[in-house]
Amino acid sequence: MSEANPVSTVSAGDGCGAPAGGFSVSAATGSQGAQSVVEGHVTREGAPVSTGYARLLGSGDEFVAEVPLGDDGGFRFFAAPGSWTLRVLAPNGLRAEQSVQADHGQVTKVEVSL
Amino acid sequence: MSRSDVLVDADWAEARIGDPGVVIVEVDEDTSAYDKGHIPSAIKIDWKKDLQDPVRRDFVDKTGFENLLSERGISNDDTVLLYGGNNNWFAAYAYWYFRLYGHDKVLLLDGGRKKWELDSRELTPDVPGRPRTSYTAREQDASLRALRDEVIAAIGKRNLVDVRSPDEFTGRLLAPAHLPQEQAQRAGHIPTARNVPWSKAANEDGTFRSDDELRSLYAGEAGLDFGRDTIAYCRIGERSAHTWFVLHELLGQPNVKNYDGSWTEYGSLVGVPIELGEAR
Repeated sequence: MSEANPVSTVSAGDGCGAPAGGFSVSAATGSQGAQSVVEGHVTREGAPVSTGYARLLGSGDEFVAEVPLGDDGGFRFFAAPGSWTLRVLAPNGLRAEQSVQADHGQVTKVEVSL
Repeated sequence: MSRSDVLVDADWAEARIGDPGVVIVEVDEDTSAYDKGHIPSAIKIDWKKDLQDPVRRDFVDKTGFENLLSERGISNDDTVLLYGGNNNWFAAYAYWYFRLYGHDKVLLLDGGRKKWELDSRELTPDVPGRPRTSYTAREQDASLRALRDEVIAAIGKRNLVDVRSPDEFTGRLLAPAHLPQEQAQRAGHIPTARNVPWSKAANEDGTFRSDDELRSLYAGEAGLDFGRDTIAYCRIGERSAHTWFVLHELLGQPNVKNYDGSWTEYGSLVGVPIELGEAR
């Protein structure tokens, strides 16, 4: 897997990068398996926001990771279990922020409305 | 070398669109971003397909670099303006690479693609045509690149700057949190390394922090001894190219090298020392 190929650019449900029947955390994280997945979509007035960035921040606003939003406004992070802050940046100064709890081996869904 | 010699803002770039002496280059690995839209007149370089040897784990050699730039229509006299996604990780990597092969007139766009997008500046899917050139590269500048034996010998003797996230540094993750966890055989960091995540050098919009803030970050907060030589590393050498750019190009520190083998190499070596947890 390459460093600059964020899975966020993969549209949810297109089968590319996600096995049929749902995303498998263990398949993606392999033997390291102590991770969880935080994923979701960003919308504005019901429409996907495809230009923008999702940032995952730790305690004290410590930067963890960032991905550009996919065509469907989607994003996905592989994170250690714990409490995180998700921040979304979009053109025209639009931004949103919300707390996320990621649990071991689980996929946490987050829907963000700007 | 100062900030204005190596870093330009979006207004500067916008004013050079179509300037025959300035070649704007977007550098990403996932080129779908370029294909959907890029700065007008920009060409693309694919971090992996274009800059890496297709068989061995190494760069393209001097001839390969010459062929690439000739084919893309870049001449020795051109000013090359690099930008890209991921907060300029791969553009910074390409910048380091251009320097490695002796191209002096190279610049980085502050904030890269992200800042350009957040500013709602124009992007176009139109691909410009550039006539072929006959580019001549210099021999690789070994003073900018660290290889594994040099890194091992530097433990406890030089500044080792691990620019990955704290979770990667301590061994809780093997890769950034937006990527599947794979690659190196072991997690952790090189003993005596200081963890200064690349992100601390950047503002939220992807631009670099001020020189004073950067100096304070590395020499103050991180305790780097600027009197010593420095090697920066990450996972595959692109985030550390971002930090190399800060230390060597923006702050003018001599003797700063990028270890592009980085953790995917070091973390798979047999018999080398590894530390887990916080820096000691």
